[in-house]
Amino acid sequence: MARSAVPLYVAVFAALIVLTGVTVAVSYVDLGPASVVVALAIACVKAFLVLLFFMHLRESPGLTWVVALGGFFWLGILIALTMSDVLTRGWLPVGGP
Amino acid sequence: MAEHAAAVAHQFDDAEQQRGAAELGMWIFLATEVMFFGGMFTAFTAYRWLYPEAFTHASRHLDALLGGINTVVLIGSSLTMVLAVHGARHGHRRMLLVCLALTMLLGSVFLGVKAIEWSSKWEHGLVPGLHFTLTGADAGRQELFFFLYFAMTGVHALHLVIGICVVGVIFALAWRGHYSPEYHNPVEVSGLYWHFIDIVWIFLLPMLYLIGRHGA
Repeated sequence: MARSAVPLYVAVFAALIVLTGVTVAVSYVDLGPASVVVALAIACVKAFLVLLFFMHLRESPGLTWVVALGGFFWLGILIALTMSDVLTRGWLPVGGP
Repeated sequence: MAEHAAAVAHQFDDAEQQRGAAELGMWIFLATEVMFFGGMFTAFTAYRWLYPEAFTHASRHLDALLGGINTVVLIGSSLTMVLAVHGARHGHRRMLLVCLALTMLLGSVFLGVKAIEWSSKWEHGLVPGLHFTLTGADAGRQELFFFLYFAMTGVHALHLVIGICVVGVIFALAWRGHYSPEYHNPVEVSGLYWHFIDIVWIFLLPMLYLIGRHGA
């Protein structure tokens, strides 16, 4: 009982190390625009592993999930609204001053 | 039973409620930290979109190998931190102390590698404002990349310094036997903070070091 969680932590650690190796190795391969998607997808998987197992979100009450995911949700709003400006600036031929 | 009562502050019904309150408080703080780093992540996203070539060129000045090694070091420190929490939960004093010490050690190794990287940036004239010697059409835009690089890695390193100090205090208190399986909230909560620093770095590695390896 007392040591039952240790192999799990070590397995998560091993998965994180493997994913780090993969993301560094993949960065030397030319995937074109997909390289950004692959790199960020691997980072998201790693972050989720840390959240679930190292930060014990897996065994936390629902309220903790709301706060944890809420932080990332608001970050999504921040990035989405900012980029909705930056991405669309060239769409209409509006003359500047 | 008296031991339990001694560890519970008077505003809480029981130890479980106290533990839940401490952890939720830290999670709320970490949500504000997500927004704190989020401003810089958003700025990076916007400028990388606007100046993709300059950011690609600038990113190639970074050492992906050192970045990768530092990632392994920091993930290792997260493992030792979670093992320290495990030791506290189950009353393994030696495991708690050894793992806290290893966490501080690995955090310091990370800062040491970071210092090597920063000093090499200075030698190559890549420090915006103070010592920036790149020339060419997109030098100004590359300077913007390095401004964001130093801001993000600098604030991250500051968090790590604070984290090492916090773990140091926890170590001292654990040494004096303040923690038990019934009461070890400070260990749990500083663990959450430490892992958050790890998560920030997990995103900084691809954004700063890796995404610029290829492409236009």
